[in-house]
Amino acid sequence: MTYIAKPKFHHPGLKKNELGYTHRDYEGKISTLCAGCGHDSITASIIEACYELSIEPHRVAKISGIGCSSKTPDYFLGNSHGFNSVHGRMPSVLTGANLANRDLIYLGVSGDGDSASIGFGQFAHSIRRGVNMTYIVENNGVYGLTKGQFSATADRGSKSKKGVTNTDNAIDLVAIALQLGATFVARSFSGDKSQLVPLIAAAIGHKGASFIDVISPCIAFNNHAGSTKSFDYVREHNDAVNRLDVLVGRDPIAVDYAPGTVQVVEQHDGSKIALRKIDADYDPHDRLGAQTFLARHAAKGQIVTGLLYVDPDAEDLHEHLNTVETPLNTLEADTLCPGSAVLDKINASLR
Amino acid sequence: MKPTDIAAPDYFHKVVDCQWACPAHTPVPEYIRLIAQGRYSDAYMINWKSNVFPGILGRTCDRPCEPACRRGRVEENPVAICRLKRVAADFKDDIKQRLPRPSPRNGKRVALVGGGPASLTVARDLAPLGYHCTVFDGDPEAGGMMRSQIPKFRLPNSVIDEETGYILGLGVDFKGGHRIESMKSLLAEKYDAIFVGSGAPRGRELDIPGRKEAAANIHIGIEWLANVSFGHVDKIGKRVIVLGGGNTAMDCCRTARRLGGETVKVVVRSGFEEMKASPWEKEDALHEDIPILNYMVPVAFKHVAGKLIGVTFQKVKAEYDAKGRRNLVPSGEPDETITCDDVLVAVGQENAFPWIEQDCGIEFDKWHMPKVDPKTFASTNPKVFFGGDAAFGPKNIIWAVAHGHDAALSIHKMLSGEDITERPLPEVQISSQKMGIHEWSYDNDISNDKRFKVPHRDKVIALKDIRAEVELGYDVKLALGEAERCLNCDVQTVFSTSLCIECDACADICPMDCITFTGNGEESDLRQRLKAPSPHPDQDLYVSSDLKTGRVMVKDEDVCLHCGLCAERCPTGAWDMQKYFIEMTHAGSTCPTRSRSAA
Repeated sequence: MTYIAKPKFHHPGLKKNELGYTHRDYEGKISTLCAGCGHDSITASIIEACYELSIEPHRVAKISGIGCSSKTPDYFLGNSHGFNSVHGRMPSVLTGANLANRDLIYLGVSGDGDSASIGFGQFAHSIRRGVNMTYIVENNGVYGLTKGQFSATADRGSKSKKGVTNTDNAIDLVAIALQLGATFVARSFSGDKSQLVPLIAAAIGHKGASFIDVISPCIAFNNHAGSTKSFDYVREHNDAVNRLDVLVGRDPIAVDYAPGTVQVVEQHDGSKIALRKIDADYDPHDRLGAQTFLARHAAKGQIVTGLLYVDPDAEDLHEHLNTVETPLNTLEADTLCPGSAVLDKINASLR
Repeated sequence: MKPTDIAAPDYFHKVVDCQWACPAHTPVPEYIRLIAQGRYSDAYMINWKSNVFPGILGRTCDRPCEPACRRGRVEENPVAICRLKRVAADFKDDIKQRLPRPSPRNGKRVALVGGGPASLTVARDLAPLGYHCTVFDGDPEAGGMMRSQIPKFRLPNSVIDEETGYILGLGVDFKGGHRIESMKSLLAEKYDAIFVGSGAPRGRELDIPGRKEAAANIHIGIEWLANVSFGHVDKIGKRVIVLGGGNTAMDCCRTARRLGGETVKVVVRSGFEEMKASPWEKEDALHEDIPILNYMVPVAFKHVAGKLIGVTFQKVKAEYDAKGRRNLVPSGEPDETITCDDVLVAVGQENAFPWIEQDCGIEFDKWHMPKVDPKTFASTNPKVFFGGDAAFGPKNIIWAVAHGHDAALSIHKMLSGEDITERPLPEVQISSQKMGIHEWSYDNDISNDKRFKVPHRDKVIALKDIRAEVELGYDVKLALGEAERCLNCDVQTVFSTSLCIECDACADICPMDCITFTGNGEESDLRQRLKAPSPHPDQDLYVSSDLKTGRVMVKDEDVCLHCGLCAERCPTGAWDMQKYFIEMTHAGSTCPTRSRSAA
């Protein structure tokens, strides 16, 4: 653990975003995770994405559960709202917060233990309800805080640091998210920021349940030969189906790619995603196709990354429930409590 | 780009900007750390070895280190390196026991002409090796221009006495009041080597109408300052004009303020920014209510009945030609006459060697300067060496010291029968500073403090006494605060390609965005692809060999804080913080001349 505070000085030539902030302004406290932890790279990617989108920090609520991954909201967006909830309960807390105030950007940060074990049900329901959020799982396949037992996302047949082989089947959170109806599904790797940063930016722009599974090697307990979540293994088996650029505002889309290889997806907030296809046959609008593609490649031991599925016309929970647009905390008392006459009317309608 | 060869002594030396910029290459961060630890005597000795006059330079150095200081690229002001040097001198204990002992004479005799910083440095280096050094100076005491030209309110005699005393105490003969009038007769005395460190003793004249007629009240700056120093002059008229924009002009005007000058004005041909005087010296003059008038060229001294009454100036403006060169052209405004009682002319200094006869084997160039080898400092007479202002014209004390070291080395090599053109490499030590997982043997927590001001004596009191030192120096607390501002640029970030797993932790944590992992390319291309802009191409890029993914690690040394966070966050120890101590090789050190690895 680093004991000193990160120096306040920054590079004198750092660029500023539309709000006049540098990326340093989106940082939080210094990380207390192990040196080299993949989670710190995800933290850096979230910082970069928020900086590039010129997000006002006070418009973000970052919510997490328990675990190494769930500690990370302390390390980014130091001026945002945060809630470090009970183990596995991030999705419920986030859903509640979102229902109370739909004006904030919700960033759910969780880990494989938090989301695939203790909070598996919570994860499932927040996805199937279509809560407007960016749900990031920092997936290292191991219980780092308790010294390296397999987690539910550890691949069958992979070896622990001590040499024990995992005999349980793995939960593929991306497959589950697709199956449960997430409208933005992606997978990436903490060691590939050029892919991860735009994915996070695109997910934030998506209205609906966005889910990103980020493979994040655990330096202390899961970065050895025999692991399927190590830097070396992921780099060797990474099968990226596409890479993307997020275009905010009216910037023209760069079309220096070969014709037919760029697909533009327009999002609700007006931003555009330029998808550069790597696998020509892959269609990110085909949920069923994505599921089969994933299953086929997983069987070959490949880790499919990129934007796997997106529904640009998604709806979210608020639309389903027809809730009031105004955040509850700004509703006046007479709106919140319209009086006994209205209550009588409602009661009468139910008789 | 090719992988950076960190074994080349210059690579990491350049990263220590202050040390690289210092003509004597004083290990600055090392002594600043010692000051922070309260080890003032140790800090002093590092300086003494390298720059010979820490107390004097700590007050008067032109400080080329400070504009180079990395801190100045990170925030507004560099570390007050110069004034910290003075702290070492002010708070040290008695260091006499640490000085070299006079050694038995080796039978070789060296004559040194002039008792200023260059000659004294040569004597300091050679005397401990057994050379019989004799220093000749026209003034009664040693110190040269340090004693005669620098006003006492900037540099008290006690400091000069102490530091020249350390050198003369090494068994050096000092012949004060003995001006060398003939090189020929000096050569006839059969010295084994002669070093000329006689400075640039002649103040440049200003030959404009009225100069002769009003001569009684027109004084040449450096001569006048010397007369003040030695007590021959103790007053001046109430209204004084100082002509010239260099440090001598600043010394003249401030001295005049203390000798009865009530309205003292400095008038300069050029603009304020282009003046040769150091910014802090201009600041000090302005603080003493001395206006500096710019873009005015003196055209005539006005006089009535042989008495100076004023100076007439033509007004000019700066124009720049296509090549960006500045020309001063008349602005068209009417000339202005400023009334005055006395004028001090400080428009430059010149070398003068009337005492070197033509048939001494010493060749001069068309500017009447001796032909001197810039590395060995030898003249065309193999036994005669030059250094300081005498070699290449007026510079400053720290250059004279650097010249002195090099000339002493040449003399020692020549008299040992070695080839003087073969120069020894500097001595380099590099060692890891790791003490624990995240503990280093230096303080890596970066201070956010702004530069601390040096306390000054109250102006009213200072202006009354020409010998009252204006700057009081940092006290221990201020010194500690200022020392903490040093970024420890000598504690280097050392990268081991084979250990790197490309986890990005270093690039993520680096507060200055110095580190980038990317595909290799030409330097100009790589500089475009770094995480942060790279506005200083003179600052090196540290490039690794190819990593596993085929990329390379590129670190822009420019604004690295040396905070060590890259090494703290590195899981494999691919980054390490290693202290790089480089010391110039002086005469008598046993250092191999062939190239060798830094580690």
